[in-house]
Amino acid sequence: MIWIGIAGVIGALLRYGIGEIIPKVGGIFPVSTLLINWGGCFLLSWFSMWSVKHGFFTPTMRTAISTGFIGSFTTFSTFSVELIQLIQQHVWLMAILYFMLSALGGLFFAWCGWRIGER
Amino acid sequence: MPGVDGGSERGDIRMFSVLLIGLGGFLGAIFRYGVSVWFKRISSYPWGTLCVNLSGSFFLGGILSLPPSVITKYLMGIGFLGAFTTFSTFKWETLQMIRNNSWKISAIYLGVSYMGGVFLAWVGWVIFEKTIAK
Repeated sequence: MIWIGIAGVIGALLRYGIGEIIPKVGGIFPVSTLLINWGGCFLLSWFSMWSVKHGFFTPTMRTAISTGFIGSFTTFSTFSVELIQLIQQHVWLMAILYFMLSALGGLFFAWCGWRIGER
Repeated sequence: MPGVDGGSERGDIRMFSVLLIGLGGFLGAIFRYGVSVWFKRISSYPWGTLCVNLSGSFFLGGILSLPPSVITKYLMGIGFLGAFTTFSTFKWETLQMIRNNSWKISAIYLGVSYMGGVFLAWVGWVIFEKTIAK
């Protein structure tokens, strides 16, 4: 349990750090959240397959890394709120683009991670 | 030396915000894990992830309607709710459903998560704005 929390600290701070480095495109499009969520989707699938297949890490550490670190690194609440903000600013095309890229891209990168981790 | 003092003050604020995000992330990850373990005992469906993502969206929408402060922004928003909700686990679970040919379930899971998340973030905003922010 404590390891999940510690891993959560690293995930949250890394997300914050990336958010500080990558600005929103045109001041509104949330590129950093998109990249974080894509990267996390790939990492989680890859790690889940790879660590179990090769027997790396104890189950406790596996949960800390997957649930704690990667789970905290990616975020759904920020995604929801950013989508609403785009809708409120009436930038419909960007809202649709953000939704589609997150939804389809996330699934695509999760699939890539799974295929690579399975090899 | 006002310049130096100003600089160290900004450094202190940054250090403080990092501490708040860390604390929030610590609690958010543990709470999410607790919720998912609890739901796994009663169902094999990912109710835990759905529950954290929908409630997290509601509360993040809510606190964003409040006057900004370091506590709401760093501790509650980026730290706790950011870590409490998750996108990667949500996608991993969807991928499992698709691999098991549970197309209908995966479509429902995706639809409820996205529509529910956006709708509840808006509801949270409106409710908090009309109650706590007043």
